[in-house]
Amino acid sequence: MRQALDPILKINNLQTHFFTKAGILKAVDGVSFEIGAGEIVGLVGESGSGKSITGFSVMGLVDPPGKIIDGSINFKGQDLSALSNNEMQGFRGNRIAMIFQDPMMTLNPVLRIETQMIEAIQAHDGSISREDARIRSRDTLGLVGISSPDERLRAYPHQFSGGMRQRVSIAIAMLNRPDLIIADEPTTALDVTIQGQVISEMQKLCRETQTALLWITHDLAVVAGIADRVCVMYAGRIVEQGLVANIIANPMHPYTQGLMGSVPSQNRRGKPLQQINGMVPSMLNLPAGCAFQNRCNYANEKCSKMQPDITQLADRRQVRCFNVPAGQQV
Amino acid sequence: MGASANKQSFDLPASGLRKFWLDFSESPTAVIALFVFLTILFIAIFAPWVSPSNPYDLTSVDIMNSRLPPGSEDFSGNFYILGTDGAGRDMLSAIFYGLRVSLGVGALSGLVALILGASIGLSAAYFGGRFETIMMRIVDIQLSFPSILMALIILAAFGKGVEKTIIALILVQWAYYARAARASALVEKNKEYVEAAHCLALGNRRIILSHIAPNCMAPLIVVGTLQTAHAISLEATLSFLGLGLPITEPSLGLLIGNGFEYMYSGDFWISIFPGVALLITIVSINLVGDQLRDMFNPRLQK
Amino acid sequence: MKPILQVQNLSKDFIKSLDLVAKGLNRIGQSYKEEVVHAVDDVNFSIFKGEIVGVVGESGCGKSTLGRMVAGILSPSTGSVEFDSSQANNKEIPSALRTQMIFQDPFSSLNPRKRVIDIVTEAPIYHKLITPSEKRVFATEMLQRVGLDPDTLERYPHQFSGGQRQRVGIARALAVSPEFLVCDESIAALDVSIQAQIINLFVDLKDTYDLTYLFISHDIGVIEHISDRVIVMYLGRIVETAPIEAFVKQPNHPYTQALLAGVPRLEVGKRQYEPISGEIPSPLSPPTGCHFHPRCKFATARCKAEKPALREIAPAHFSACHLNDEA
Repeated sequence: MRQALDPILKINNLQTHFFTKAGILKAVDGVSFEIGAGEIVGLVGESGSGKSITGFSVMGLVDPPGKIIDGSINFKGQDLSALSNNEMQGFRGNRIAMIFQDPMMTLNPVLRIETQMIEAIQAHDGSISREDARIRSRDTLGLVGISSPDERLRAYPHQFSGGMRQRVSIAIAMLNRPDLIIADEPTTALDVTIQGQVISEMQKLCRETQTALLWITHDLAVVAGIADRVCVMYAGRIVEQGLVANIIANPMHPYTQGLMGSVPSQNRRGKPLQQINGMVPSMLNLPAGCAFQNRCNYANEKCSKMQPDITQLADRRQVRCFNVPAGQQV
Repeated sequence: MGASANKQSFDLPASGLRKFWLDFSESPTAVIALFVFLTILFIAIFAPWVSPSNPYDLTSVDIMNSRLPPGSEDFSGNFYILGTDGAGRDMLSAIFYGLRVSLGVGALSGLVALILGASIGLSAAYFGGRFETIMMRIVDIQLSFPSILMALIILAAFGKGVEKTIIALILVQWAYYARAARASALVEKNKEYVEAAHCLALGNRRIILSHIAPNCMAPLIVVGTLQTAHAISLEATLSFLGLGLPITEPSLGLLIGNGFEYMYSGDFWISIFPGVALLITIVSINLVGDQLRDMFNPRLQK
Repeated sequence: MKPILQVQNLSKDFIKSLDLVAKGLNRIGQSYKEEVVHAVDDVNFSIFKGEIVGVVGESGCGKSTLGRMVAGILSPSTGSVEFDSSQANNKEIPSALRTQMIFQDPFSSLNPRKRVIDIVTEAPIYHKLITPSEKRVFATEMLQRVGLDPDTLERYPHQFSGGQRQRVGIARALAVSPEFLVCDESIAALDVSIQAQIINLFVDLKDTYDLTYLFISHDIGVIEHISDRVIVMYLGRIVETAPIEAFVKQPNHPYTQALLAGVPRLEVGKRQYEPISGEIPSPLSPPTGCHFHPRCKFATARCKAEKPALREIAPAHFSACHLNDEA
């Protein structure tokens, strides 16, 4: 396991709230985790868990009525949450890059790939010549496994398939050799065989360039295959985080247990899947106490009164639950 | 089975009419325009009760009062806030009655055009094939003519009169509704709930009327408000030119037209005030329609 | 035992016909071709009563088109889908209602302007299966069957969550007492924990109401969990059909093997992915011979030239691969 000396990204008690006409939506409500250089961390949660907003908050892409109201986002010594939009522009696409689920959010349909990539380079390095930028673009396309990159540079996005477009998005993210890439559901919309290709490319890239990667997804199985550590989110908070192998072997939070029990596979044939009854509570109307209480088999009175704090365990493991077995605690 | 666990359904902040109002009131301009329009509508419906006098009651009109400027009093003590016209009629009352005719003709022709156009557009989208191609080409051809020109041709061919004007307005407008209805129906037709209706073997008529049509109403309402304003303006133009409504049912356009000759002698109020009334009516309807269109535009929704 | 559903030589072609200009130009010597997509290409299989047959494949494989033809929403270009009415549970139900479909998108599969009670009872009333006075009682029972609170009968779809809407869709289908359900990616749009609820519901309903399913999904984990037999499709053709045990333990076709190897699995843990190369070809210009040969590690010259036939290689296990012939 890589020992992170100083983490590249250290998020502490991040709170991003949306001030809507209908009330305050606490999309991210006290999230803390860190990522070291070259580490791959998975951020797992279902819809409404706040995982995507966490990613957007780091990038400074939260639009009104959303606002980061508390917490710090420490990136290599600088607090990103305190920066203005102009100052963030210097980081985006340069030191931190983002990949979205839909590659057409990154790609402009009316510009050639070459134009978009050169633009991305020159925006952060005014001194580089067009030809040098083009060569770097071509080499980066080769890095993500796109054959005949010279021809592909001249093409338009619509001439690529979905999987290729996503690879181009990854290439654009890699152009300025960022320290951190945030990938928001990058393979969810792709077919299984293409997903395998993209995951394989990203694994290779991160290993070779020591780029840190935050992989946001709802798919625990994908995270299991690629990440070093994982954070499980529910209703705006991280309920459990730790080494992937440990969490999969021994999930502690009832939600994590339920999530893993819900995943169908050949091992569970013939038996009903473990279902988590009920639904995610409305984010406008969270209950007092633990957000998971009305779906939890172990909930007791304490859970309905107070929100559990983080229990620190061995091996950088953290759980937010009153019912973590005693004796496991550090 | 977990029935109780699924008891909790979504807590929507507001639904139905309340949500509609919340969205609509995001634009203060539109809210003001809506109130102005509702006032105009009230005046138009209740004109006989709201007007100071009935300008078409020959017993109450005295030619001795003609061409009095705004704010003047006559010998019997009647106060004419907007003055009188060439025959001695109170301008304010004439405008109120004129609004009645203008709005009535505009709304009626709009409604019939909507029903006719929407039926054609929905059927064209649903059945497709040659029927759709033919109908849409007719729509295209119709829409390529300026509406004024079409209306003039129709009235020239069939003569003047209230019914003929309304028919002309219907014939000019139906194509807009047909096009909007078809575009909307094409989108709805491919949605899964329509596929489900096919799977459940519900007949074509049921699917069009009960499933597709209600979901196409939103864009049609938008077209409806904007087209009504257009129809009112069109009718005013026709009446101004002397081709639309007869003098017994004077609309604002006719008032403007009749008052035009007095402009040269400086009695501007006989033509201008009906013009201003027309302007306010059309602008308020357009502003309401614009806000409705923005509300229903999915790309502008957050 | 005879199958309850028999699909024979089923094909669907989508043709983009030439417009007037192109037709005119063709007459003066140009050669514009119509664009034809063979979405489903000569498919044959049978389903037995009470089975859950899973159909798996990636984009462009034609599984959704196949599902719609089996459900009767789309008419085939050639071939037939035959239902053995002697095996029907309820012989009074009109044959058009025998096969129902559960759709993918919980947001567009329900009419947003209808209340749930109307959505569920519309077809039974239309086909005179129930009288209008029985509407409320019937709808209450239907909602209870799928695990929804009957108090929500008067609500509109937008007031429900995705998982609840899928349940309404299932209730709507069950309301006409079908024999056969085609589930087209019915859980793909739901959260993982909700997927589990719906999968359990499907299995319970099958047992309670003696249903047969064609379960279409791109999610191999779900297919493995729920299916009795699996059909694997690639670019419009069936490449392999096998009972579930054989599918999981002895996949024969190279595409099936690649699919199974590439699926992310919780149990496997951290690993290096070794995916097959190449893109999924466009259905507009599929490769010659065996569609899979450009991406296949074992491809031979014969694979490029000749379309492989679907052959039985073990009891009830069929595969369309030339390599089986060499064995």
